[in-house]
Amino acid sequence: MSQSLTNAQSATVHKPGSQVMVDMLLEHNVDTMFGYLGGVVLPFFDKLYDAPINFIIPRHEQGGCHMADAYARATGKVGVVVATSGPGATNLTTGLATAMMDSTPLVAISGQVRTDLIGNDAFQEADTTGITRPITKHNVIVKNPNELAQAFREAFYIAQTGRPGPVLIDVPVDMQIAQCPIPPKEKIELPGFRVRHQGHARQIGTAVKAINEAKRPVLYVGGGVIISGAGQALRDFAKKANIPVTMTLMALGAYDQTRPESLDMLGMHGSAYANYAVQNCDLLISVGARFDDRVTGALTNFAPHARVVHIDLDPSSISKNVNVDIPVVGDARQVLEAMANEVEYRPRKDWFEQIASWKARHPFQYDRQTDVIKPQSVIEELHRQTGGEALICTGVGQHQMWAAQFYKYHRPRQFITSGGLGTMGFGLPAAIGAKLACPDQTVIDIDGDSSFNMTLTELSTAVMYELPIKVCLLNNGFMGMVRQWQELFYGRRYSKSSLKNPDFARLAEAFGAVGISVHKKEQVPAAIEQMLSETRPVVADFHVDPEENVWPMVPAGKSLHEMDGLDIFEMA
Amino acid sequence: MKHILSALVLNKPGVLAHVAGMFAARAFNIDSLAVGRTDDPSLSRITIVVIGDDRVVEQVRKQLAKIVAVVKVQDFIGQDVVARDLMLIGVTCVPEKRPEMMALIEMFNGKVVDIAQKYVMVEIAGPESKIEAFIDTCRPYGIKSMVRTGTVAMARRARSKTEL
Ligand SMILES: Cc1ncc(C[n+]2csc(CCOP(=O)(O)OP(=O)(O)O)c2C)c(N)n1
Repeated sequence: MSQSLTNAQSATVHKPGSQVMVDMLLEHNVDTMFGYLGGVVLPFFDKLYDAPINFIIPRHEQGGCHMADAYARATGKVGVVVATSGPGATNLTTGLATAMMDSTPLVAISGQVRTDLIGNDAFQEADTTGITRPITKHNVIVKNPNELAQAFREAFYIAQTGRPGPVLIDVPVDMQIAQCPIPPKEKIELPGFRVRHQGHARQIGTAVKAINEAKRPVLYVGGGVIISGAGQALRDFAKKANIPVTMTLMALGAYDQTRPESLDMLGMHGSAYANYAVQNCDLLISVGARFDDRVTGALTNFAPHARVVHIDLDPSSISKNVNVDIPVVGDARQVLEAMANEVEYRPRKDWFEQIASWKARHPFQYDRQTDVIKPQSVIEELHRQTGGEALICTGVGQHQMWAAQFYKYHRPRQFITSGGLGTMGFGLPAAIGAKLACPDQTVIDIDGDSSFNMTLTELSTAVMYELPIKVCLLNNGFMGMVRQWQELFYGRRYSKSSLKNPDFARLAEAFGAVGISVHKKEQVPAAIEQMLSETRPVVADFHVDPEENVWPMVPAGKSLHEMDGLDIFEMA
Repeated sequence: MKHILSALVLNKPGVLAHVAGMFAARAFNIDSLAVGRTDDPSLSRITIVVIGDDRVVEQVRKQLAKIVAVVKVQDFIGQDVVARDLMLIGVTCVPEKRPEMMALIEMFNGKVVDIAQKYVMVEIAGPESKIEAFIDTCRPYGIKSMVRTGTVAMARRARSKTEL
């Protein structure tokens, strides 16, 4: 061996792989992570014993993955989760798919059986990279000690560069034991992984010209605006150009909903005024949104009078679902800032008057007179008592839509929900992750009884780590959203859509949390007051109207303006 | 419309599975797929023939490019390309028919690579249309078995002014 080679080798530090893994987490400023033990991750956990990392053990790997996901959504940092091989890794999959659909930066570490056993159906072996390939942005199995450190560096880089997403690193147990080098940190160069941050100047120019000429423009913004930290840029741009803003479920909070230019959420259960505005606009400016079918309704008749500007970091989002007239590939914040420099103010008086009249005529409504507890009223009261400041997480279903309609968000990262995958059971673990990320904020999981049932075991995690999250359960005794569809489209045949629930308040007490049961309308304000004042985790179980529906609704296959349920209250 | 896409990918395990899985997951149809090494040992080339309208194929191209291990994707549509398939085909051929068969093989620029009492195996390369034509020609004799690679393709160099 030549002299120079020996020198180069001795200059590189070698450590057991398990220690390299911990070092890599610290190198990327990981101070909080989530995960669950198992045979093939024991070397790694042994090194975690002394590591300055706040480690949270969920009760199920899915919960841990959602916690890491929400932690990332609340902070913008990369969430980290670890699981053992086989069942540990398969339990991560729902969480990975959830993060993938909503573009959350995540690094998931899975243990794997020894490299010499791979492919032999060894105990707790699963083809983790094979299983998770379509639900991760990238994944890799480390089979060479020389590649371990780099795998971590690339994982953190890929997870948060460009359109974020989950990256999984599968680490066989022998790699954790082997001596692995930690080469000096270099700039990461991945051939073929290029991200265009700045929009193309000519495309921006074309977009600005169209915006200046537009008489009835609408900004339609998606989760990309929150991910890119474009909240302020959006406000500045919308103000300077004088354009109303509608948000997708994922973007709620990107624009201050208390402002008159806010059209709130659009889409299947969006506001009538947002949907009318989109259907009548002459220019639709989409920023960091992807024309999801829950947003567009019938594609052929979506925004029929509009030219479409689409600003997105991911070229594959552009013209995927609708034909875009002016595509701008770039980061939402940078493009909005560039456009704000060039765009000109237009009064658009007629357009804003039209919008104001739609807003006045069709606010989100429900029957406020009845004696039963209306789920929407609970959220309104929650909004009132928290001054609109709480960080809200949700499960999936009607309660999620009501949380989107009746709580008014004013800052990015204030609303954390599984939009793309629609994962029931996301709410409670998400609240735990968000509370760890934002200990000073009031974190509330607005949940449905069926969603809550899926992951409520994580109450035990909240109690163990003394995380005073608040579960606001809108308990209708049904899989409400499913029941609504059965009512509307299957002749009210409620096939298998109700469960026998436990007494959630007593269950909460058994976990060591506080339980509150609410059956009467007049008890709601006091119950919320108590819920907000508790210093322990609390479950407030509101027994709400079992057959309340989410309105308005664009039935599947209909165009956005063809909403049902707008005149329900006028008829009554 | 038929498009030939050429993707340069990292020569790492799982990349082909990723590409093939993406096609299945997004319901894109693959007409043919050919993989092989390149002059750079760290890279492989995947040539994929897809049939679809321009918008679908544009999505395919973007989704391919999005895969981290995919370095570069080209759509050869509208370009002057050389596209070739390779086929081995075993055909029934009794001794009396041999001269006739040989003439056909010659016409198609094929090569006899195996021969038995009542059988020939022919190697033939060329554009897909030529391969198809040869298959049709062999059919009346009786095809015993055949195997084809997918299409591989390369764009012709744009001729510079001095060459003209
Ligand atoms: C894991 C999972 N399984 C099934 C579904 C389908 N699904 C969507 S909403 C819903 C019912 C949700 O009921 P609940 O959590 O009680 O909320 P509600 O609609 O009553 O507010 C179901 C079953 C889903 N989204 N996620």
